Order: sequence, then structure tokens, then C-alpha cells
Amino acid sequence: MSLALIAALPFLGALLPGVMIRAGRNACATVTGSVTALALLGILLHAPAVMRGEVVTARFEWIPALGLNATFMLDGLGLLFSLLILGIGLLIITYARFYLAKSDPMGQFYTYLLLFQGAMVGIVLSDNVLLLLIFWELTSLSSFLLIGYWRHLPEGRQGARMALAVTGMGGLAMIGGMLILGNIAGSYDLSVILTQGDAIRADPLYLPALILILLGAFTKSAQFPFHFWLPHAMAAPTPVSAYLHSATMVKAGLFLMARLWPVLSGTDAWFWLVGGAGLITMVLGAVIALFKDDLKALLAFSTVSHLGLITMLLGLGTEFGAVAAVFHIINHATFKAALFMTAGIVDHEAHTRDIRRLGGLRALMPVTFVIAAIGSLSMAGIPAFNGFLSKEMMLEAAWDTGTGFAVLATLGALFSVGYSLRYLVHTFLGPVRDDYPHTPHDPGPGLWLPPAFLAVLVVVIGLVPQAAVGGFVKVVAGAVTLGEPTVYLKLWHGLVPALYMSIAAVVGGAILLALHGGLSRAWDAAPRPEAKAIFDALVDACARAARGLSDGLHDGAVSRYLAIMTAAVLAYGFWAWSGGEHTPGLRIATPLSPVPVIFAALLAVASLALVALHRRRFVALVVISIVGLVVSMAFVHFSAPDLALTQLTVEVVTIILLLLALNYLPKATPVETTAARRLLDGAIALGAGIGVAALTWAFLSRDRALPAISDYHLANSYEGGGGNNVVNVILVDFRGFDTMGEIIVLGIAALVIFALVDGLLRGPASRWLANRVPDMPQAGDRHPLMMVVATRIALPIALAVAVFIFLRGHNEPGGGFIAGLVAAIALLMQYMASGFAWSESRQHFDYHGVIALGVAIAVLTGVASLLLGWNFLTSTNEYVTVWPLSKVHLASAIAFDLGVFLTVVGSVMLALASLSRIGRRAGEGVNLTPMDIDPEAPGRAGKEPH
Amino acid sequence: MITPMISVALIFAFACFGLGLLLNLWRVLTGPAASDRILALDTMVINAIALLILLGIRQGSAIYFEVSMLFALVGFVSTVAYCRFLLRGDVIE
Repeated sequence: MSLALIAALPFLGALLPGVMIRAGRNACATVTGSVTALALLGILLHAPAVMRGEVVTARFEWIPALGLNATFMLDGLGLLFSLLILGIGLLIITYARFYLAKSDPMGQFYTYLLLFQGAMVGIVLSDNVLLLLIFWELTSLSSFLLIGYWRHLPEGRQGARMALAVTGMGGLAMIGGMLILGNIAGSYDLSVILTQGDAIRADPLYLPALILILLGAFTKSAQFPFHFWLPHAMAAPTPVSAYLHSATMVKAGLFLMARLWPVLSGTDAWFWLVGGAGLITMVLGAVIALFKDDLKALLAFSTVSHLGLITMLLGLGTEFGAVAAVFHIINHATFKAALFMTAGIVDHEAHTRDIRRLGGLRALMPVTFVIAAIGSLSMAGIPAFNGFLSKEMMLEAAWDTGTGFAVLATLGALFSVGYSLRYLVHTFLGPVRDDYPHTPHDPGPGLWLPPAFLAVLVVVIGLVPQAAVGGFVKVVAGAVTLGEPTVYLKLWHGLVPALYMSIAAVVGGAILLALHGGLSRAWDAAPRPEAKAIFDALVDACARAARGLSDGLHDGAVSRYLAIMTAAVLAYGFWAWSGGEHTPGLRIATPLSPVPVIFAALLAVASLALVALHRRRFVALVVISIVGLVVSMAFVHFSAPDLALTQLTVEVVTIILLLLALNYLPKATPVETTAARRLLDGAIALGAGIGVAALTWAFLSRDRALPAISDYHLANSYEGGGGNNVVNVILVDFRGFDTMGEIIVLGIAALVIFALVDGLLRGPASRWLANRVPDMPQAGDRHPLMMVVATRIALPIALAVAVFIFLRGHNEPGGGFIAGLVAAIALLMQYMASGFAWSESRQHFDYHGVIALGVAIAVLTGVASLLLGWNFLTSTNEYVTVWPLSKVHLASAIAFDLGVFLTVVGSVMLALASLSRIGRRAGEGVNLTPMDIDPEAPGRAGKEPH
Repeated sequence: MITPMISVALIFAFACFGLGLLLNLWRVLTGPAASDRILALDTMVINAIALLILLGIRQGSAIYFEVSMLFALVGFVSTVAYCRFLLRGDVIE
């Protein structure tokens, strides 16, 4: 089975649980388990090759230009982790089936679980660091969903948010580190990066890269000082805690450190950062764990401690340390997952996880007790269980490193013994109590079989380590160190220092447990920083700062951010100008003729008048029309008739829409600012205007620094685009992709207007409208006869013009956009003449549908060229004769233009129809006749309308 | 083909319509009634159309004729909209 398929399987399978839950909880769990089992089978089929020392790969190019390839590899390290993820995953799926209550949405749970599983498998199988980063972020997201699965619990939601914030930020930092790493190595493929160890360690950017990557790894693996999120994530259902927070996700950071061990380790920075953080985490986690009364919190901090242990071993940078780390990863996964599951069983059966309320469960839950005993003794490092072996190796490695390490490691081990024994003794031993919240008894095999299986592994590895996993550890450690490490796992090492350290730890741990009552009171009395409070305060401070900044820049008033933006651009422009040279332009000015001067005067006076009159909104609209007219004429003057037509038609539609809106707005803008403020704004506006004018002047009076693109367009318009009208060919061909995006935006804008008005009419504004009294006197004739007749005559003419402009647009001024606007205006005239309701009931187009059709046609035109083997939106052209028209030069781009046409018509009409609905809500009557006085109506001639 | 007479007539016509535009502007700005402004704006569009035609005659190009036709076709629609706004408030009832 291809590695890519294995990585994809859980993602594909994630679709199934949501569907299968309808067939029952068993079917759902079985399907989920089958998906995982299938992926596990795929990995196992590759296992023999990996055990022979081969590296299985699968690769295909994804975005080669970015160095982002979907390449996968499976070596010893990947094999270990994928076995953990899929194997324990299978057990967890079984366990969760019986753990989740009937009221919990199980399909959702399994879907999240499979998403997470896929992301994890993706991480450990990736051979490309960018791909790895994508999967890395996916684990953060999917774990967010899993931690917050019980969304009715505030702790769950807060824990999920905290986990996402911490691990997500670490992930962001890691992106930076990985990019630096890839840059140094010259490739983003891990297999290449791993061969560049010396170059990377010698690079000046090694330290930043190391720190950034470690930030990612430490946050994920809950290393000090980022250890605080893990206990809060324990609000998740126990299967999630067992899976994510002991066996898999928190080990992703360890995986990464192990994966990059050959390139990053071996320096002082690595030793102190990784080894130091690991050591502190190990001791700190163990100490806190001892004083936790919640079973899961105890296990959570013990996990933090053990993760620190493994991190420290990796940080030592020695081959022996790597071997011990790998071995402990295996051991920890087995006993910790089993312990989490027993904690879940206790919670499930006794309805509490508080150690102070438990005790004496041994007699009531013998099976659970045995499993818990095996797990906790292994965690304590008692011989005959696998935890003992790797803890011995850890102590040996610490002894070899130095006295300080040895003392602290022993201290960590000592507390570890303390909390492990506490978990066992205070929960299961002692007298049977009579005040359990719920009488506990052993659960069904569905709940105890998965941890029992792990407990068997704990014992087997503990008794015959070399035979059970010796070869496997060798392969994995070989993959970590890229060498041939000597691995010989044995129960009895002789009377070595590690043994004495171990004995000291066990004895000390037992004493700690005996003194626990007093110590616990002292611990509770001692002041200590509360991580959650600090985190919350930090988040609040950040949120306040962000809100302060955004409110300062953008307080909802357009004038505020326009002023800030304009002033900033002005400052930058001035800065650039003051640093450049100032030579006069060499181009000779074209002579002025009188008519353009008149239009320029019109433009200037109208603009100034707009400033003076802007408070009278209706007059301002009239003056704006002058500006629009002059701009249209300017386009004509500069030989751009297409633009002139577009400008003119857009102008008309805009005015109608503005008038529709103005009807419901105050007719005058109130004075809301101080004179000083207006003076400042005026100064900014004046500065910006002068700046733009100066810039334009500078551009126009000089030759271009680079050749203009227009020559290319002129040369290729007919040859390549099949049209003489370069503007239109640019729109539908050269820049067709842009146009497609633009019409989609146009359609979205119309839909948004529709949605906004719809929401408005459902809201409180609806009542306001219903009681609204028009603020202007209304004339008596709603639908004047003259206007109705004139628009009726104009309709076919205008539509014919629209068709004409559309058809010839490719070669002469015109095109789908202008034609669409002309057609929309033709329809608009009917609406204005005879009213919305009357006209609406006489046409049968759904404007939403017209927009969709337009966009669909445009997209399909592009897809058609794809299907024919050309690039997206490639066009071809032909001369065709369609009776009764004369010979027409048709380019395939005309279909695209048709899409533009339909989208424009649909969008304009939908926006307008939406605004008209406001009027209907304001209590306007619906007219039954097209005009006030209908001469055709029988017996109505000359009479007043009722 | 532009004869001297046409040339002179063109110059005269350009001057007249140009002056007309300026007078329209004066009326738009001073009012006094809103209908005065709307009417002046409408006349402005008509004068612009005239100038387009004149430009077409001077350059001997048919494109300006089509452009002016479209100006005529859609130019009055905004006038209608302004008037309806004044009369009824709601442009599309």
C-alpha cells in the first residue's frame, strides 16, 4: 500500500463515521476501527522492509515551484510512531465505543478522531518539511475539536482554546524555523536536510532556526515553560486524553526532535536548551503530579514529566541517550495509555476521579486493579516492568553526563515513584468505603480489554526486552542517529550507579507517599504561580491591545481610516520624493484645445462645489453627475469609447441606486465634527490631491522607464484573441481570469445586498419602515402616462442596442459588460415607469439564477478550453454567418462575454430589486394597472384612478 | 472632407456648445429650485452629445456617432430618476 494512501486513509475514512452512526453505535465504531486497521495493515506490510534497514518512499510533485512536494517516507522512526498512532488508535476506538455515553454524538467523535489520526500519520510519514508543517497544524486544529468535544463544559472549551493557542503559536514559530532550515539545506525534503547536518550547524542562522523549531516542539510536547496547557486539555473525554495526551500528539514534538536529531543535536545550544528544558520539565512535572488529587491531572503532569525525561535524553546528544529515548517512548506509550484508560474506567464506574474520595477499589474492581498496578509500577520504575528498564538507562545517561544531571534525574525519579505509588495506593488499596458517588464494579470487557492488552505488553517488554523489542529499538534508534547504535536491553545491569540511584528513588518515593498528607497541606499553603491565570491575563492583555489598536485605527467612521490611510500614503510618498532626484520631464506637452479646457473647468468647479454643497445630499448627487459626465467625455477624448460607455452606464445605475437609498436617509448631512477637525481633514485631502496631481504630472512628462505592455496587447489582440477591440480582448482573453474573478465579486456583492436587505426587513428596522411617514411631499401621479409610453417604446430599441453592442464588442467598442448595463437600464426604465411589483410580475427571471448562470457560463468556457487541452480560458475564433445576421466574426470568448453579460444584468437587477423591497415594506401599495390613467381600460377613459 | 465653411461652422458650434456647458454649470450650482438643477444637468448631457457629434464630424469617424447615440439612450434615465425622486421620493415604487 502506498504511503500516500496510508496517510490519506484516515482522512477519507473520516467521512464514514458521521454516516454510519445512523446504522448504530457498533457499526460506527466498527467502520472507524476498520479504517484504522486497514492503515495499520498497510504499515505492517512495509514493516519487514523497514526492519531490514530500508527506507520506503512515495513521492509526487505538488507545488514544485515552492519546493512543496507530497513526499512520504517510512523509516524506523516513522514505523515506531505510525505503529503507536494506529495501534493505540485501534485500542482507543474500541475503548471509546464503550466509554462514550448514549447522549454523546459518537459519529462526530470518531470523525474528529480519524482526522486527528490522519494528521498524525501525515506528520510521521512526511518526507517534506512543508508538508509536515501542514499536518502539524492539522493536529492542532483536530485536537482543538477533540478537547472541546464536550462543548457544554466550560473547562472543555477553555482547555481547547488554550491548547490551540499554545500549540498553534508554536506551530507558527516552527514554520519560520523550518523555512530557515530548508533554506540552508537547499531543499525542503527531509532526506536532503538530514544529510546537511554539518552545514546547518555551522550556519549563522542555526541558532534562530533551532529556537524556532524547538518552540514548536516544546509547545506540542508540553515542555517547560509551555507545560501548562496539557493538564487543562484533560477536560477532554478520557479516550482523547489517552490517545492525544499520552500516546500520540504530545509525542509529535519528541518525534520532531528525534527526526531532526542528526542535524540539530551535538551543539552546546542544543544540549542546554533541550537537555535543560527536559530536565526542568521532568522534575517540575513530577513534583506537581504528586500533589494532584484528580486522577487525570495526576496522569497529565506525570506525562509532562515523562515527556521531559525523553526530551532530556534527546538533548544529551549521545547515541546512548537516543536509544534510551526511543525505548522510553515505547514504554511510556504502553503504560501511560493503559493508565489513562484505567482512570477513565474508575471515572466511568465510580463517577469521580478525585483520589480523596476513592480508595479500596481493589476488592470491587479486581481486573482494573491489576491493570492499574502493572501500569503504575512500570511508571514508578519497578523491576519486571518495562518502565524500569528505560528509567535505568535514563539514570545511567544522566550519571554519565554529570553530577548535577544525576542528582536532578534521581530527584525526578523519586517524585515519579511517589505519584505512581499514590495513584495505585490511594485509589485501589485501603479499606472499602461506603461513600462512593456510585457503587463501582469492573466494567465490561470492551473497556478493560484495550488497557489489558497494553498491560501485557508492559510485562512482556519488562521481562524479555531484548527478544521483544531489541531489534526494533535498534532500527528506530538507527533512524534517529543515522548510524548503527549498539542496543542490548537487559533486566539486570549489575551493581552500577544507576541501580543505586534507582533504589534511592524507590525508597524516597515510598517515604514521600507516607508523608503525603503533611506535604500536601504544605504544598497547598505555599504560594505558587497559577499558569491558567497568567495565561488568561496574557490573552486578555493581548486582546485589549489588539482591540485598542484596531479601534484607534478604525472606529467605524470612514473619515477616520481614510484620514489615517491617506496621511500614511502621503508620508511615504513624500519620503520617497525627498530621497529622489528632481529633474524636469523631457516630454513636450501637447497643445491645449478649448473644449477639453471647458470640460476640465467643469470638473474642477463641480468637484469644489461638491465639497461646498455635500451636506445637501440631493444637490450633491446632481453635482456628482457632472463629474461622471466629464469623466465619460474624457474617456472619449482620449480614444477610449469602451470606457466612456461603461462609465456612463455605471453612472446611471449608481445614481438610481443612490436615490433609492437616499429616500430612506436624512436629506441633509448633519455637522458632526469640530472646525479644527475639518481643517485637519481638509489639509490631508489637499495634500493628497496635490501629491496625486504632482505624481500624474511627473509620469506624463516623462518617457516610460520600461516598455509599455500595450504594444504586446496591440500586436497579439487579433492574432491571439481574435478581436480588433483590444479593450474587450483584454477583458475576455488576456486578463480573462481577472474578469472572471470580478464578475464573481459582482455577483457576491449583489447577493450581499440582497441578504443585508433581507436581514434588515426581518429586524427592528421593519417596524420603523412600516410606521414611516414620507419626509417629502409626494406628487399625485405615481406612474405618469407619458413616461410609461416612452419607456415602452424605448425598451425594444434599448435591448436591440444591447444585443448589437454585445455581438460586435469583440472587434469594436462594446462587449458584455456594457451590453449588460444597457439591458439592465432598459429594464430599469420599465420598473421606474410602472412600478416594481407590476413589472416584476410580468417577467419570469430569477435574478439569483441569472447571476449563477452567468458565472457558470464564464467558468465553463474556461473549463472547456481545459478539456480541449489548452490553458484555462484559451479562446479561438471563426467567421460564422447566422441567419438573418450578416457574417459575424465569432470568438469563443463570446461565450465568456455572455457570462459577463448575464452576471451584470442579474447583479444590477438583484441589487435594485432588493432596495425596492424596502419601499414595499414601507407600505407602498401595489399598482394593478401599468399607469395612472390607462386609456385602454374599459370604462376608465378620462377618469381619475381610485 | 471638411470644407473651410464647415471648419468655421465647427469652430462656432464648438464655442457655442462649450459656452452652453458653462452656463449649464452655473444653473446647476445656483438653482434655485431642484428642478432647475436637474433640467440644467439634462441639458448638459445634451450639449455633451452635441459636442461628440461635432468631434465626429471633425475627425470623420463613425465611432463618435455610436457613442453619442448611447449617451442619448441612457443619459436621460438619470434625469428621469432625479425627477421621480423629487415627485415621489421612491424611484421605483
